[in-house]
This record gives sequence, C-alpha cells and structure tokens, in this order.
Amino acid sequence: MSRFIGFVKKEFSHIFRDYRTMLILFGMPVAQILIFGYVVSNEIKDIKIAIYDKSKDNVTQEITNKILSSGYFIIDKNIDNDNQVEDAFKKGNIREVIIFEPHFAEKLEREGKASIQILADASDANTANIVSNYTSAIIRTYMKNELMKGELPFVIDTKVQILYNKELKGVYMFVPGTMALILMLVSAMMTSISITREKEMGTMEVLLVSPLRPMPIILGKVIPYVGLAFMNALVIIALSYFVFDMPMQGNLTFLLLETLLFILMALSLGILISTVSKSQMMAMFISMFALMLPTMLLSGFIFPIENMPKILQWLSSIMPARYFIVIVKNIMIKGSGILVVWKETLYLTGITILFLVISIKKFKVRLE
Amino acid sequence: MNEIAVEAKGLKKTYEKVDAVKGVSFAIPKGELFGLIGPDGAGKTSIFRILTTLILPTEGKAEIFGNDVVKDYKKIRNNIGYMPQRFSLYQDLSVEENLNFFARVFGTSVQENYDLIKDIYIQIEPFKNRLAGKLSGGMKQKLALSCALIHSPDILILDEPTTGVDAVSRKEFWEMLIRLKQKGITIVVSTPYMDEANLCDRVALIQDGRIMKIDKPQNITNEFGRKLWAIKSENIYKLIQDLRQFEFIDTVYPFGEFIHITSKDNSMDINSLILLLKNNNHSKIEMLEVQPNIEDCFMELMNN
Repeated sequence: MSRFIGFVKKEFSHIFRDYRTMLILFGMPVAQILIFGYVVSNEIKDIKIAIYDKSKDNVTQEITNKILSSGYFIIDKNIDNDNQVEDAFKKGNIREVIIFEPHFAEKLEREGKASIQILADASDANTANIVSNYTSAIIRTYMKNELMKGELPFVIDTKVQILYNKELKGVYMFVPGTMALILMLVSAMMTSISITREKEMGTMEVLLVSPLRPMPIILGKVIPYVGLAFMNALVIIALSYFVFDMPMQGNLTFLLLETLLFILMALSLGILISTVSKSQMMAMFISMFALMLPTMLLSGFIFPIENMPKILQWLSSIMPARYFIVIVKNIMIKGSGILVVWKETLYLTGITILFLVISIKKFKVRLE
Repeated sequence: MNEIAVEAKGLKKTYEKVDAVKGVSFAIPKGELFGLIGPDGAGKTSIFRILTTLILPTEGKAEIFGNDVVKDYKKIRNNIGYMPQRFSLYQDLSVEENLNFFARVFGTSVQENYDLIKDIYIQIEPFKNRLAGKLSGGMKQKLALSCALIHSPDILILDEPTTGVDAVSRKEFWEMLIRLKQKGITIVVSTPYMDEANLCDRVALIQDGRIMKIDKPQNITNEFGRKLWAIKSENIYKLIQDLRQFEFIDTVYPFGEFIHITSKDNSMDINSLILLLKNNNHSKIEMLEVQPNIEDCFMELMNN
C-alpha cells in the first residue's frame, strides 16, 4: 500500500509541476463552459415575429399585446391569409408566426377551449426552441392570470409546430455536452498521455523491472485524474447552475455518481489508448481524432442526431458521450432517477468494463 | 564464489528482420564484476533486456539466481537493480524525490539502505533539491545508480552506465562499482569503452550478436600471442596508408596518437622499418614494442 501511495504522490507531482497540464486541467473547463455558455446564450431579445389573427377579437388582441410587450418579440408583419405564412418565413426576417384560430374568444367562452398555433423556423434549431418556449410561456401566464379567475377553467391550447427541422429533440444544451467533452479530455487524453510519457522517457522500463505489478502502475497513474476530473465536473455543474441558470431538478448525488461512472469510462478508454500508442504524440492524436471529434460531432452535443445520415446515427449510438449527455439532461432538466436512465447507465457500465478488460489484457508486462 | 548468479544458454533474439543476438551462452558466478564489451549494435542491450525480463528471448534460456527470465520474471524483478542505457528517472522530480520514490516502489526506505548508497549519494546530496533533468551527465548516472541500489539488490545490471560521461566521472563511477562488488553484489555491466574492461573480473567480448571470447582481461591480453608495435610519425594519415602497403605487415590500427601494427611472421626489425619509412619521407618516427590491451585483442578476434 505504501508503494501505491508513493506512486500516486509522484503522479501528483508530475501534474502540479507541468504548467501546461495544469492549464488544460483547470483553465480549459472554465474557459470552455464560459465560451459555450455565452456563445450559445439562450437570452433572446427583439425577435421578429408575424401574427396571423383569424379572429381579431379582444382576447386575441390582449394576448398579442402581452407577447409584444414582453420585450422579447417585435412584430414584423400582420398576416391575413394562409399563403402569406410560407412567404413570410421564406423572406427570412421572421422567426415565428403566431396563428389564432377563428372565433377565438367565442370558442373560449363557449367550449372553454381555444387554440393558438405557433410556427417556428427551426433552421436555427436552438433559437426556434427558445422562441417557441417563450411564447408558450407568455400565453400560459396570461391564461393563469386572466382566465382562471372565473369559475370555469378556460384552456388555451398552444400547438407548437417546428418548421424546417421538425425533430428538435437533439438541440444541444451546452452544459451536458461540455461536461462530456471536458471529462473525456481530462480523463482519456491526460491519462493516455501520462502513461505513454513513461514509455517515452524510458521510466516504464525501470518501473517494469521493479516489484510493481501492472495493476498498481495503472491505478496509480489513473487515480489522480479521477480526482481532478471529478473536481472539474463539480466546477462545471456549479458554473452552469449559478452563472447560466441551468435547472437542477434531479438528485445531485445521483448526478455525481453518473458523472463518476463516465469519468471511469473515459479513464479506461485512456488506458486502452496508452496500451496501443508508442509515444505521447500518438496518444494525443488518437485521443483527438478518436475521442474529441466524435464526442463533439456525433454525441448530439452540437448536431441533432436525428438529422444525421443513417451511418452516422449508427456510429453515434456507440458513442459513450451520447448516453452521458442523455443522462445529464434527464437528471438536471427533468429530474429523472435511475428508472429513466438505467439503460444508458448500463451501457456506460458495460463499456467501461469492456475497455478495462481489453486494456488489462493488452498491457504489456514487458517492453514488447 | 561457485554459486551461479546469471546463466545464459544459447540466447537468441531476432527483431523483425534483424538478428540482434545470435546464440550467446555464459555463466556469471555470484559476486563477480562481469563486463560485456563491444561496440554499439553488438547486441549488449538486447542481452540485458532479456536478463532483466523486459524482452523474451527468441531462443535459448537464461536464469538469474536459478529463476527463469521468462517463467519466474516476477521473482527476478524483486531482486534486481537495473540501470537502462538511457537516463530513465523522472526529470521533473528532484534528486531526493526520485530516490524516495524508487525506495517506496521497492517497499523500502532510503534510511534502511542508506549504508549501501551512502558513498554515491553523498556526492549528489548537495543537489538533492535540484530536478533530476537539470543534473550533469555524471551526476545523473550517480543518481540512477543510487536508485537502482536503493532496495539492496543481489545483482546489478548496468547498461552502458558510463557512455557520454566525462573521464573523471567515469573513473569515479568504476570505483563505486568496485566498492559495491566488495559488498558481495554481482554486477553485470556493459560498455563500449575497451579501457574499462581491465576493471572487470571477467569480460565477454561481443561483436555482431556473438560472444567472441569470455575470460579474465589479463588472460585475454596474454593470449594475444604476437608481438605488437606502436609507431608514430609526423604525418599519421600518410603513415597508415604507407604501412598498409608493406607486404610483411599484417594489421594496422590507429590507436590514440600511435598506430598499432603486427607483422605476418611475428618478427620485425625496428630499425629497418624506420629506415624504410624515412625513405618514404616520414620524419620524427617513434617506434616501440608494446603490450597488447583489450582493444588490440578485440580487433584481433574480430578479424579471425
């Protein structure tokens, strides 16, 4: 055990003495989350919309006023027939069309129910999502404040229809994606580099000709990174919660456990990479091209999986990051527990074990 | 003294297309300082890596204290001090941290075996807070030796420990090895420097993957069996050219400021050769008979 502690201590010295490692470990997560956070800001302001009011009564007028006075939307155009809807979108000025059905107030009073249709231009999927959510929220608030006062419950049915990118499911929420990316980077890339560095410097040769067995060597290399990656995850979660108002609906402990699982997965992948690469350079390239790019591009972090060609969708379904993103989204946004994300958790556990088994098998007790 | 520390039988090592070691056998008794002498690429490192269980022999077998290097590699690794050819300590750790680390890895402490490394460590102790990467070549080797010794191994395997080290440090390093030998540690060391051979109890002269000779340095030089002359003149280069032209001269090798030559019938009249050379416009000629050293023997063996 003393051997092992000595090893871990040595590993920390390596990390804390290399300013580049420190920068990657601590500077990058913060920088990345802030960049993604601000670039992909969900603040919206003065979004141009069109209104197609088929009813033109006092209730529709009131709702329109509420929407326009919210500060988020300005009216670009009033539409008065169906053909104009398509044209309005095609001109590209407007992001949303709000359509009130005919006899809106009348229906609301008689049937207790009326419909508003929201069409959103999802060529910019993220904005479309936010815009339609804001609109729905304003209408809901209006409904609560104004209509529920009476005895009869009135219901305004908002039907959101997303145009041009109908499956909006994959629209990225940057926090889970960034988390996956950073944990992948810190865990997989840093460990694979640090193990191959021992090979490159010749120190592996000396370690091998010592009573240390492969397992303690690997564990000793990996454990510091478990701690550091976990700290990174905490920073990201805190930043996203306090700076970007990311909801935290679910159980924090559960989220942290899932995060730990993902870190272990990435570490075992890092070990695997180190067993196949001969130099730090090679380890870095494999990490970059085999991990970072797919994590960014195929996990649904940036591009919705549903819009990918079939073959990429298939590829994406083996990306561990994809499942982690689903888990984080579910826990943070929906407050789900293990019952909802057990499949994803199982997949991550399985692939971690697989990576570990392969890397233990591949780890060489000799130089060749 | 009769106990065998290292035994190799018919070791062969083949890398993809290159035969690095072509059937090597030797036995090293316990407590011996054994030298593996040969030029770069002779197969010294491959042999050492087989002995240290780092690579597998393609053919043949080797044992260290009766433990097979393939089957019992775990046992061997507990009890062996190894210094690879390249400086293989952590450059970003200080002298002291490196030593402490290796002590812990071997499950011991610096205090426990301080006696053993004291002579060596005391020389680098003033720099104990310096990073290993910032040490001079000689100090690096002393640190590496300290680290290899820290767990008090019964055998030390040192792969070219003095390559790239200045003459003074080399001398100091060998003095340390001799002191360690006196403490009963078996030492196997390789070197490309022929002059270091005389400091070993026995040497194996190795060339192109084969051992040409194993014996005490003294016996090897005694077996040279021919007269050897050293000669020099003002124009060494021309002298070599000219000597190689003479029918009666067998071998001509430059050796420092002198040229070592042998003759085909093992006799030569110094004066007539000098006269001959003078006629070839050589001046300031000096010539004398000398005792052969290991390098002469090495060259001789290589030619046979």
